[in-house]
Amino acid sequence: MSDPMRIRAQAQGSGAVVRVLMSHEMETGQRKDAAGKTIPAWHITEMTAALNGKVVMSGEWGTAIAKNPFTEFVVKGAKAGDKITVSWVDNRGDKRSDEAVVA
Amino acid sequence: MRTRTLLTLAFVAAAPFAHAQTTSSPPSAADGIAQYRALLADGNPADLWEAKGEALWKQKRGAKNVAFVDTCDLGKGTGVVKGAFVELPRYFADTRRVQDLESRLLSCLEAQGFNAAEVAATPFGRGEQVNLEALVAYVSAESKGMKFNLSQAHPEERRMFEAGKRIFYFRGGPYDFSCASCHGESGKRIRLQDLPDLTKNPGDGVGFAAWPAYRVSSGELWGMQRRLNDCYRQQRFPFPGYASDATIALATFMGVQGKGAVSIAPSIKR
Repeated sequence: MSDPMRIRAQAQGSGAVVRVLMSHEMETGQRKDAAGKTIPAWHITEMTAALNGKVVMSGEWGTAIAKNPFTEFVVKGAKAGDKITVSWVDNRGDKRSDEAVVA
Repeated sequence: MRTRTLLTLAFVAAAPFAHAQTTSSPPSAADGIAQYRALLADGNPADLWEAKGEALWKQKRGAKNVAFVDTCDLGKGTGVVKGAFVELPRYFADTRRVQDLESRLLSCLEAQGFNAAEVAATPFGRGEQVNLEALVAYVSAESKGMKFNLSQAHPEERRMFEAGKRIFYFRGGPYDFSCASCHGESGKRIRLQDLPDLTKNPGDGVGFAAWPAYRVSSGELWGMQRRLNDCYRQQRFPFPGYASDATIALATFMGVQGKGAVSIAPSIKR
């Protein structure tokens, strides 16, 4: 079970600034553990952001993204009260989706 | 095609770099690290530990199935978190000991039905220690922006301060150095990191006032106990043990010296 994301969405000008902090190991598959065995890759493969249910951004992520990734983006046309949904899927098929209301 | 045009990736990096270019002298390594921290501060993953810790504080756990919010007294009354961190370590009448945050949380875990000795012996970042890290992040965050104000009213608290002072200046290990060898004067550094002078108040959000912290290099949240553990490792001296009196004495010494410093914990470190 994955930990919740922290999403902050703030109306600014003609859009909203969204800051997302995700909790994920983002293991690259390049590291070895103390016993010399390769630690299997475990990372987010896809993230999407939606404004009131409509996808406004999607990205294919890989091993180059940091552990506990932080993402910041601007959604044009979003205003206070709108709902921002951020979701991810990882290579183990784990999913997580969290919501925030634009303030 | 996806509506990518709706989105603009914003780079918050612009402002601090612009500042560095306008100053006349070339930026020092310390400036560079300060910039780096400023860039990361907005998305400090310690937030994730705080959120987890808050949930744990309110969750009924252990064999006795009780929640910290109903049972744990950090010195400001049962269940009170705000302002508790900046007054620790302090003397607790119920345990008749001076305790820092982590040793106090162990006492609270014991009251929940956990085996505190077992938790203390668990390596950092495993088992119940993971939950302790989250609790430490939450409790410290509730005192963010407040000034350190440790009590020295009780004789035990003064005794701990004196013991901490002796440990701080005690030279040992194969390199024969003490805490004071690195933290005894200002302007010292280890690699590129400036070391705070802990013999006096090193300033707001520096030294004792900057921990717990999220370590970017390891992706972990470190409490003061883990910080001290690593200091001892660098001294090549055995760690006195998790939540041991020696570590609490050192924390008392640093906390009293840092009186008036504003806490920025949980902060973010390289």
